[in-house]
Amino acid sequence: MNTLTRETRESDRRQAEQFIMAPAGVTEISDGYTLEIEMPGVKKDGLEISVENNELTIIGRRSLPAVEGTLIHRESRPENFRRMFELDPSIDANKISAKIDQGLVTLTLPKAEHVKPRKIAVS
Amino acid sequence: MKLIRYQAPNSAPWAALDRWSDLRDELNSFFDMPFWSGSGRTGQLFTGWSPAIDLYQSGDHFLAVVELPGMRKEDIDISLHDGTLTISGERKRDSNNNGETAQRTERYVGTFRRSISLPTRVDSSKVAATYEDGILKVTLPKAEEAKPKQIQVS
Repeated sequence: MNTLTRETRESDRRQAEQFIMAPAGVTEISDGYTLEIEMPGVKKDGLEISVENNELTIIGRRSLPAVEGTLIHRESRPENFRRMFELDPSIDANKISAKIDQGLVTLTLPKAEHVKPRKIAVS
Repeated sequence: MKLIRYQAPNSAPWAALDRWSDLRDELNSFFDMPFWSGSGRTGQLFTGWSPAIDLYQSGDHFLAVVELPGMRKEDIDISLHDGTLTISGERKRDSNNNGETAQRTERYVGTFRRSISLPTRVDSSKVAATYEDGILKVTLPKAEEAKPKQIQVS
């Protein structure tokens, strides 16, 4: 039960573009899941979220403005971000919503009606 | 229990093994560390969260760019002391764990502290910072005596 989202292994597919695997957090709440992914520097327009074959893909492209001056110390990586997850069958893929605030992407993945716990009245 | 975020092998403390002087410094700072006090300074060895800093230099200023996704402005502290810029802060867990089960926790919650030495003196009264899209930018104008000057040949 409740393997929210099994992660899709990225190593078994060939890719031309290199991505950073952004750190993510998954929390199960009573009627669904919350998925948070860190994508600093990504704006709303740079975010691309898709579901295909029950596979959730989140790509964050940074539009870093040109900075005046020369780089004298670098720790950040220049690539864009990507995370992929396999959706748990209990999730209603049509009702996934997302927002981004200060580089933190938050996805709300509600469970489908038929899997939510319900009380059955005794008649 | 404390969760420590995975560190890429090239940034792991034992990467210092091939550089003896670094290792010695690391050991010295380890023994200097008041880890029993449970607060204050924690060495690089035990820091779970270490945000990436980029530093740019132009003729009259430095720009430090720090990746700090999902913070609140008021939880970020910036200080300048003896030519060292220090950025610290705390990311708070925003939920109260009511009926919630964490299934994956790669994100680090808690405090961080990063310092970077600036190559020349800066004018501490003119330092300005912005925080947008999870990126902190600190602009540090160089002190007058550190700015490049044209000298006229008479």
